[in-house]
Amino acid sequence: MTEATQPALTIDALGKKCPIPIIMLAEQINHIPLNAVVAVLADDPAAFTDVPAWCRLKSHRHVGSYELPQGGWAIHVRRNY
Amino acid sequence: MAYFDAASTEPLHPQAREALLAAIDVGWADPARLYGQARRAHLLLEQARTEVAEALGARPDEVSFTSSGTQAVHLGVLGTIQGRRRVGRHLVTSAVEHSSVLHAAALHERDGGTVETVGVDLMGRVDLAAFTEAVARPDTALACLQTANHEVGTLQPVAEAAAACRRNGVPLLVDAAQTAGRMPVPPGWSVLTASAHKWGGPPGVGVLAVRKGTRFRSFVPEDERERRRVPGFENVPGIVAAAAALRAMAAEASRERSRLSALVDKIRETVPKVVPDVEVIGDPVERAPHIVTFSCLYVDGEALLAELDKAGFAVSSGSSCTASTLRPSHVLEAMGVLTHGNVRVSLPRGASAAEVDRFLAVLPELVSRIRHDAGVS
Repeated sequence: MTEATQPALTIDALGKKCPIPIIMLAEQINHIPLNAVVAVLADDPAAFTDVPAWCRLKSHRHVGSYELPQGGWAIHVRRNY
Repeated sequence: MAYFDAASTEPLHPQAREALLAAIDVGWADPARLYGQARRAHLLLEQARTEVAEALGARPDEVSFTSSGTQAVHLGVLGTIQGRRRVGRHLVTSAVEHSSVLHAAALHERDGGTVETVGVDLMGRVDLAAFTEAVARPDTALACLQTANHEVGTLQPVAEAAAACRRNGVPLLVDAAQTAGRMPVPPGWSVLTASAHKWGGPPGVGVLAVRKGTRFRSFVPEDERERRRVPGFENVPGIVAAAAALRAMAAEASRERSRLSALVDKIRETVPKVVPDVEVIGDPVERAPHIVTFSCLYVDGEALLAELDKAGFAVSSGSSCTASTLRPSHVLEAMGVLTHGNVRVSLPRGASAAEVDRFLAVLPELVSRIRHDAGVS
């Protein structure tokens, strides 16, 4: 259960096409405390691949991607620095 | 205009053009008939078959010509499965095969067969251990693996995969579309497919080679053409031109390969230095000589392609906004790399260092402008 942290911030990028969800994430991750989690809600299939790839490139941590009942995912990212 | 989309199609080789024009005049008759013009067409067809076979490491009687690389894959995949139906109905492929392989696999699945799709690493190389394990399943009818990936250029471990298949008595279909004419065909295939327009031949000619001893039964209606593997009247002029292009490309291949590969190295090294937040994708060393792919963070791939087009560069992209399906490329997805802001540069024969330098000179400004317009600082 250590990974399943309640998000400190939720970014609603539903209906937005990549790269917009990634741009929103990059802008807003610094608004949360270190080690806190931001949830990106997105339904563009590209976001499912691109958010974890962004985490790898930017040395943040992709915690997990959880399917939303209405379609799309809540993609959780932990701020590492 | 600098044409950097050879992985989609290589411009017609001048020798292929010459051969095509000549063969339209003398090779138009039905090669299956018995009069003079027909014998002439037959002779041209069989000469072309011998040349193509030799260049690809096959015997002439193993080679059939199709109307495209895609058709060669469809006929090859489904015909080999059909020929092995007593063994089983299981198909193994990698996750990054060309869509023609995946479409044939999907049809096989709808028809009640089973498919295992083996994943790839961050470089786009198939997981060889998983592939080896997958082909050991006793009801495996066929395995498929490309020589090099069409989007990122990474070479696949075909010889090792072929050895694993051989140990299990499983035929391996090798899709050589991206490397035929540019690199030697790796050994060990049972079925080989390729596409002439990717090596500077004309469109409308594919190659399906079936190794002697490989069970094969066409899944479409048969006629007497092309060893009963490909129905319909052969495109003799196109096939003659395809053979001429392959001969010309193969003659230049070793020199042109290292020249283009050095230009690709230059792009791979320079892009991350001049463009911030960019990921160069695929294996830097074990790769096709002419392909390089990178993704620019926070950039809309369609916008970048349009800007590059305006600046005089023809390139392609695996980003979802550039695909009719609105899904990102299955290759980039399977690799787990950035799919947006993606650009594939694939250099044709003769691509100049000056064009590559100009590309590297204009790219940073274009990326920066698109980012600025999107509000990214």
